Amino acid sequence: MNIPVEGFMYPNEVELQWSILIVLYPFITGLVAGAFILASLERVFRVEAVKPTYRLALLTALSFLLVAPLPLQLHLGHPERSLEMYLTPHRSSAMAMFGFVYLWYLMAVLLLEIWLDFRLDIVIKSQTTTRVTRLIYRALTLGSDNISERSLHIDERLGYFITVIGIPSAFLLHGYVGFIFGSIKANPWWSSPLMPIVFIFSAMVSGIAAVMLLYMVTTRLRGRDIDIRCLDKIAQYLFYIFMIDFSLEMLDLLQRVYEADESFRSLDFMVHTRLWTSQVIIQILIGTVTPITLLGLTQILKLTEAARKRIYALAGCLTVIGIFAMRWNVVIGGQLFSKSFLGYTTYKMAFATREGLLTAIALLILPFIILSVLVKLLPPWPDAGPVPAPGAIEPRNQLTPVLRG
Amino acid sequence: MFKDVEHLVRLAAVMLIALVAFVVLRAAVVPRSFGQYGHYRGAAIAEVAARPIAFAGHDTCEACHTDVVDQKKQGRHIVLSCEACHGALARHADNPASVTPPKLDTAVLCARCHEANSAKPKASPQVVTADHSGGLACDTCHQPHRPKIDTQPATKPATEARK
Ligand code: HEC
Ligand code: HEC
Ligand code: HEC
Ligand code: HEC
Repeated sequence: MNIPVEGFMYPNEVELQWSILIVLYPFITGLVAGAFILASLERVFRVEAVKPTYRLALLTALSFLLVAPLPLQLHLGHPERSLEMYLTPHRSSAMAMFGFVYLWYLMAVLLLEIWLDFRLDIVIKSQTTTRVTRLIYRALTLGSDNISERSLHIDERLGYFITVIGIPSAFLLHGYVGFIFGSIKANPWWSSPLMPIVFIFSAMVSGIAAVMLLYMVTTRLRGRDIDIRCLDKIAQYLFYIFMIDFSLEMLDLLQRVYEADESFRSLDFMVHTRLWTSQVIIQILIGTVTPITLLGLTQILKLTEAARKRIYALAGCLTVIGIFAMRWNVVIGGQLFSKSFLGYTTYKMAFATREGLLTAIALLILPFIILSVLVKLLPPWPDAGPVPAPGAIEPRNQLTPVLRG
Repeated sequence: MFKDVEHLVRLAAVMLIALVAFVVLRAAVVPRSFGQYGHYRGAAIAEVAARPIAFAGHDTCEACHTDVVDQKKQGRHIVLSCEACHGALARHADNPASVTPPKLDTAVLCARCHEANSAKPKASPQVVTADHSGGLACDTCHQPHRPKIDTQPATKPATEARK
């Protein structure tokens, strides 16, 4: 394969080591962290309006979290060895420690919170379904079908506690991804202490946008009405957090421009040439300024419901595209220039290879397949609570309003 | 009272079982000697030491091939070890009669070190082999052990990279 090189590259820089799969990895973990933080808004800060998306956000976070390590595994020549970081972890390895952050977040936060939250539904389903499904639900109840008011109250308290722990954990999970890039001091495009913070905020932006879109699409698919109050609130949060994210990124840029260290001319040239489309056009103009303006308009103008919905959908899509472009520009952009600052290489994306475009597309579809299974198993819809089993005891909260009557 | 937290107790039990399973698994699969000297399997050192030696080393070759050594001393390839070009030959050194070193293809071998590349230091002798030899084997003109060509040959390549 002949890779077009401009100027001077060291031989080991010509071919990119980190492919589109490594772009997916921060993108997907970002969606996880963002979706979870949206869910915890309802739980911890008691934002009643976003309640319809609470459970959906949790399940979305889980589906994406299960897929998050796959791009890394595919990138490794010996994926089975990655397990060794759990068996004999090296404390000086950022990646090995990330394994534990991941495990903690999956096992101690997300799965627990989902289990506690869905336990009532699980128990009822284990009594109302038959055969295989019944077995699955029975296994999920862990053999205890106590749904007394007190036990549910205890679950509620515990769930709250876990969410409180979960917020810093979600920050840690994604901050860590930024940390891994930010701590590569040999690469001036990455090496910045602001990296983890920018990553967290962009994660929240992408996660919130994704859950918002998912909520709109799934509600449509089920033939229900979208709760516009909920949507307004989510869009409002998206707008605020996006503003913070954008200012942080601009601050980072400003700092770089003003500091203008020895790498600046080279990076500046790169942004004006090889990254112009993906960074300036797609990430900044289409993926950031446009959605912020659109969302800003909905905050200022009095628009009809239908118009707002359209604007939210458009802004959400652009946002997700913009954040993907941001990950792309970080991961790919960081490998396009020479450490000598004298040359530039090109990323040639393969198609049907282990790290090719096809694999990337499959990895992006996979979370939705997992989500559709999870949604079948544990319906997150607020308006479709489980049918009470004969003798089922008065349920605990508003999340299953059907039961309340 | 207990009944209300029973599911949590069960959950804790499941977690405990998982933890114990992990600890047992870890004890079972992590090699005994791991961490003996550092963050690696201590027994690996003995295992590596026990492997048959592949490279004989320059001194060993010298004992029998004095002619080549003398020749090599006259040129800048003096810095190279025999096995850098000829490959690992411990088995040949032990038993020269039965193990004959394979023939080398100089068009590949020499280019490995001398193909022009702007990342190499300027002082390193380098040529664009396609222009320089036009596909000829390098040892048609260069004597591998003493590569400098003293006498001006009639076929001096036009693009020769002397500065
Ligand atoms: C014990 C003496 C001995 C040692 C030590 C020895 N060789 Fe040889 N080598 C020989 C003999 C004998 C021959 C065969 C000479 C012949 O057939 O002309 C030979 C032949 C060769 C040949 C040429 C084969 C050919 O195609 O003509 C090469 C190359 C060679 N040795 C390289 C080495 C290198 C490199 C080493 C050091 C790792 C080495 N030898 C160590 C004895 C030795
Ligand atoms: C720059 C690479 C290079 C180095 C270093 C080198 N050789 Fe060679 N040698 C060759 C090539 C090329 C040939 C000719 C092709 C062949 O015979 O395989 C050769 C041929 C030989 C031969 C065959 C007889 C001859 O003289 O042509 C012997 C013996 C030999 N080398 C021994 C050695 C020994 C001993 C050393 C270390 C003192 C050594 N070589 C170092 C490249 C090298
Ligand atoms: C393992 C790497 C290596 C291989 C293989 C190798 N060389 Fe060299 N060669 C060198 C080095 C290193 C120098 C320069 C040494 C110095 O700096 O003094 C050199 C120097 C030379 C020179 C310059 C000599 C002078 O006096 O100006 C020529 C010509 C040459 N090699 C030709 C060859 C040929 C022909 C071959 C193939 C038979 C070959 N080299 C294989 C490493 C290699
Ligand atoms: C047609 C004869 C011929 C062939 C074939 C040939 N060379 Fe040369 N090469 C020369 C001559 C003549 C010189 C200049 C004299 C000298 O510096 O020794 C030279 C010089 C060199 C130099 C020294 C350049 C410098 O900057 O000091 C290197 C390195 C070299 N050749 C490598 C090779 C390699 C590698 C091959 C095989 C791909 C090869 N040559 C094939 C004739 C040849």
